[in-house]
Amino acid sequence: MSDRAIIRVQHVVKSFGKVTAVNDASFEVRAGEIFAFLGPNGAGKTTTIKMLTTLLRPTSGTLELDGLDPTQHQNEVRRRFGVVFQDPSLDSELTAWENLDIHGVLYHVPRHIRRERSETLLKMFELWDRRDDLVKTFSGGMKRRLEIARGLLHTPKVLFLDEPTLGLDPQSRNQMWTLVGNLNRAEGVTVFLTTHYMDEADRVAGRIAVIDHGRIVAIGSSAELKQQTGADSLEAAFLKLTGTTIRDESATAADQMRQVSRVWRR
Amino acid sequence: MSVIYILWLREVKKYLRSRVQIVASLGSPLMYLAVLGFGLGPVFQRAGEGKYIQFMAPGVIGMTVLFTSMFSGIAMLWDRQFGFLKETLVAPVPRLLIMIGRTLGGATVAVLQGALIFVVTLIVGFRPASLLAVPLAFLVIALIAVIFSALATAIGSSIKEMQGFQMVMNFLVMPLFFLSGAIYPLEGLPKVLAAFTRVDPLTYGVDGVRGVLIGRTHFGVTLDIAVLLGVGILFVMFGAWRFSKLEA
Ligand SMILES: Nc1ncnc2c1ncn2[C@@H]1O[C@H](COP(=O)(O)OP(=O)(O)OP(=O)(O)O)[C@@H](O)[C@H]1O
Ligand SMILES: [Mg+2]
Repeated sequence: MSDRAIIRVQHVVKSFGKVTAVNDASFEVRAGEIFAFLGPNGAGKTTTIKMLTTLLRPTSGTLELDGLDPTQHQNEVRRRFGVVFQDPSLDSELTAWENLDIHGVLYHVPRHIRRERSETLLKMFELWDRRDDLVKTFSGGMKRRLEIARGLLHTPKVLFLDEPTLGLDPQSRNQMWTLVGNLNRAEGVTVFLTTHYMDEADRVAGRIAVIDHGRIVAIGSSAELKQQTGADSLEAAFLKLTGTTIRDESATAADQMRQVSRVWRR
Repeated sequence: MSVIYILWLREVKKYLRSRVQIVASLGSPLMYLAVLGFGLGPVFQRAGEGKYIQFMAPGVIGMTVLFTSMFSGIAMLWDRQFGFLKETLVAPVPRLLIMIGRTLGGATVAVLQGALIFVVTLIVGFRPASLLAVPLAFLVIALIAVIFSALATAIGSSIKEMQGFQMVMNFLVMPLFFLSGAIYPLEGLPKVLAAFTRVDPLTYGVDGVRGVLIGRTHFGVTLDIAVLLGVGILFVMFGAWRFSKLEA
């Protein structure tokens, strides 16, 4: 890990009509670190990832990934990151191998490297024996592992993981973080993850940014956050920083509609 | 090129794997062949128009290609809902290549399905004038497939809900089929209906296939192919434009 910032977000605002999803957020992610975005539902985590991964343009402010502006240099930026979206994005009618192969072609990975790397990753993620099975026969944990393997196929500099462990059992979560940690050490890939699970952020992330209502309310290592808030656990620190109201209940009717429609629309 | 190829291959592979769906989708063309063949055949023959199956087979092939092509629009909504579309949209490749790969894949599937129905019509008694005409007929079929796959891409990029696609099926695809002259001759139609048939691209497709296979054509095969080519280029451009505007 170095002190060089690989992601730089400065005064970024993103509004959807009247809703301000991200409100003047500024932070940096250092090359090679594991960085966690921790925040309640609707805090603006996914929106931030979408802006960094070229899917959305910020309303104002500047973004930088490896020195490049995602709004200006779309393809150069796209080559530099891998992403696992909050919603699954595998083709379940194809095999694990075919999913990786398509990805490799889309990212211009030469054939022999594609094969070698697919094999390495599938073995590492314990999916090698199932490589020729259709993805629809996979468990939730296997699908997630395959998505992460796919995101790493083109050896990106940054790996975005948007709530990768949502809906997984503790064993699978544990296994996944061990794998991600290993990769981070072995290949030096920067990991930008979001999660609701405080224990995960505590365990895997070097630094944590707490985001709430689109604002970064605190940033630092787990120890620093605890110290700042005078809390004895990260969970307590998190609640102190974001308050204790349950977001889904305080959400407006319109918000809830969006949640429902999101399930159908993506 | 490899990007177009891999996305094309994806569509074809998925088609060849869905055996059940292939068989199921033979259902409605078979029904049209049987019901209309038996029901209208005698009237048709008494009117001095010859054997109805000869007339009808190119129409049913056209219908199959239309339906299958439009189905690739549903596949796109599917990819949107189940996320695969996003995987292609964040890839470092121009959207145009993605659109072309998908559309050609959908079109190929439609041609394969058309070939299957062609074999079925041969089994039930359809006899092309000459076997040498078959490759040319498939060229026309391919044009029909590209036109409607591109249209499906445009529609799939523009609507988000499955219900929306139901509407499209009822208010676009069915009229396209019924107005195309697939099941009745274009000669001597009332003026208004004739005008509608002329703006339906499928009309030229079916007329072209019929002209090539049994030598019976209303507009002439050359005009048919020219119109199909023109509309094809237009629709591909339209589809590409809609696809480029799509938000993940
Ligand atoms: N496409 C959109 N149109 C309108 N509003 C949106 C859109 N996307 C996000 N929002 C709003 O922006 C806010 C932040 O949403 P975002 O998805 O970034 O939250 P999140 O932190 O990822 O939440 P979660 O933990 O539930 O995934 C929410 O209030 C949401 O309603
Ligand atoms: Mg989210």
